[in-house]
Amino acid sequence: MSKLLKINDLSIHYLTEDGDVKAVNNINLELDAGETLGLVGETGAGKTTTALGIMRLVPNPPGEVTSGTIEFEGRDLMKIPEEEMRMIRGNKISMIFQDPMTSLNPVMTVGEQIAEVIEIHQDIAGKEAMDKAGDMLELVGIPATRVNDYPHQFSGGMKQRVVIAISLACNPQLLIADEPTTALDVTIQAQVLDLMRNLKKEFNTAMMMITHDLGVVAEVCDKVAIMYAGEVIEYAPIQQLFENPSHPYTHGLFGSIPNLDEEVTRLTPITGLMPDPTDLPSGCTFHPRCPYAKPICAQQAPKNSVVEGEHRVKCLMFEGLVDKVSIKGTDQGKKEVV
Amino acid sequence: MSSVSNAAKPVDLDKPKAKNKKRSQWAEVWRRLKKNKMAMVGLAIIGAIVFCAIFADVIADYDSVVIKQNLKARMEGPSAEHILGTDEFGRDIFARMVHGARVSLQVGLIAVGLAIGIGGSLGAIAGYYGGRLDNIIMRCMDVFLAIPSILLAIAIVSALGPSLFNLMLAIGISSVPSYARIVRASVLSIRDQEFIEAARAIGANDFRIITKHIIPNALAPVIVQATLGVAGAILSTAGLSFIGMGIQPPAPEWGAMLSGGRQYLRYAAHITAFPGVAIMITILALNLLGDGLRDALDPRLKS
Repeated sequence: MSKLLKINDLSIHYLTEDGDVKAVNNINLELDAGETLGLVGETGAGKTTTALGIMRLVPNPPGEVTSGTIEFEGRDLMKIPEEEMRMIRGNKISMIFQDPMTSLNPVMTVGEQIAEVIEIHQDIAGKEAMDKAGDMLELVGIPATRVNDYPHQFSGGMKQRVVIAISLACNPQLLIADEPTTALDVTIQAQVLDLMRNLKKEFNTAMMMITHDLGVVAEVCDKVAIMYAGEVIEYAPIQQLFENPSHPYTHGLFGSIPNLDEEVTRLTPITGLMPDPTDLPSGCTFHPRCPYAKPICAQQAPKNSVVEGEHRVKCLMFEGLVDKVSIKGTDQGKKEVV
Repeated sequence: MSSVSNAAKPVDLDKPKAKNKKRSQWAEVWRRLKKNKMAMVGLAIIGAIVFCAIFADVIADYDSVVIKQNLKARMEGPSAEHILGTDEFGRDIFARMVHGARVSLQVGLIAVGLAIGIGGSLGAIAGYYGGRLDNIIMRCMDVFLAIPSILLAIAIVSALGPSLFNLMLAIGISSVPSYARIVRASVLSIRDQEFIEAARAIGANDFRIITKHIIPNALAPVIVQATLGVAGAILSTAGLSFIGMGIQPPAPEWGAMLSGGRQYLRYAAHITAFPGVAIMITILALNLLGDGLRDALDPRLKS
């Protein structure tokens, strides 16, 4: 079976006066129908730009897709005309934005906003579309009597439900969720994630979950891609990633969150900051912050190495060029520091 | 039995509640505007003037009262027959003012409508697309802004000849740049918000985004400016008519009435006083309403 979404060698740069911001660099991702892929990384790792790239909504200028293809249902999204792309947006691929407070139009009722996407993509208008909007609201757990309410009359969690209703109204094949729970508090997060997981199952929608929360990943994703400085540095099925994280950066991420099984007085965050995307470090982009870095890391850029099955990692340790430090288990990073 | 009715009650209560809650942003603005006494006074005055303008023919017949000269009753002071007196040709000033309100309001509303239509769409396009298009449109607007608007209006009227339509056109065109600037500024602040990106992500085209998502959100400052703009347009009409470039005699117009009566200021001050007061009150009322609207639409005062 061919893949639903196949990203080959995609690079997206923002050409600004201060230089080229290399937001996404040669990433490769694949997604099957019904599958959930987690895209994890720090702020500025290029997650959102990747998502906008798939929607072809990278602001241009200054953004530009400099290389690569995005195949969706066997067609290259980079090559189809804008008009056709518009018929895909919201219909076959839809997107949930990070902040539900600002992603709804304050002067339109939620019903109108759900009905809008139905009107654009299906031959339904007026009252029928509004009825369907009401059904969608019911589906996300909001009484249909509230279709005529305005966004400011809803709480944050309910607004995000409305946004989910909009994104699922046309039954898309692919749902891109850009940090859908970041702006919500923890209890609401759980509800929204539950809702998304259930609806995803019901509609057999593939999902790309962008997040920086490994807890969210563990809860909903089948596969995970860890992004760093615009590159996918580790890609693995969820089980393998949590059991056998291979890239030092992934270790660092696990070291930065509290572990329930162990008493730790101090977390060990990754030292340093994300590199400046206009001036990425030579060789492995992570080497300035990597606790295991060797001189060669600054010279040679790592290629993808297969760890096991689908599990790939971009690190010279797996190419045999750097001595493999035995990093086993999620708490290794902590032990190193102690 | 009682338990059944008890169980049913909350459901019954919920429905009307949901209906009451259906309060749009504009209803909210109206509620806040109602609290502002000065704005409501302004609105009442404007309502009265609009009422007079609509029923002007009922209040005084145009041919037999408004433009019919009666030289026997020249420059009479206010009396029971002519409540505001008569002008230099013996015409009833009140009747002429009522009909003059028609012209003023007509010019005010249509000229501002024209200016919003042209200026608003230019501003929206410039703000939404940005870049070179923005530059071209806004630099043209700057050229217009460099010419004093009353001079521009005079130039247009003298080129096209004085008539009601040309007057509207002249005043409308001369205030296009200010609307273009206001709409552009407010579109710029809305364009980059997330809900616009979300609209793009559901496949909406540019036209839909501009008309359904941007313009309704950009409307507030335009409404305020338009209210004040109507006042400005009425004043410009009066000004142009005063110097003979506007409404031509014998048609009644407040500015023209002022102009006609100014020679007799020493003997019959009421000829100029009443139209002058009418202009003043109208402008004041519109400004009060505009200020009230500005406060009512200001999101920072929301609570």
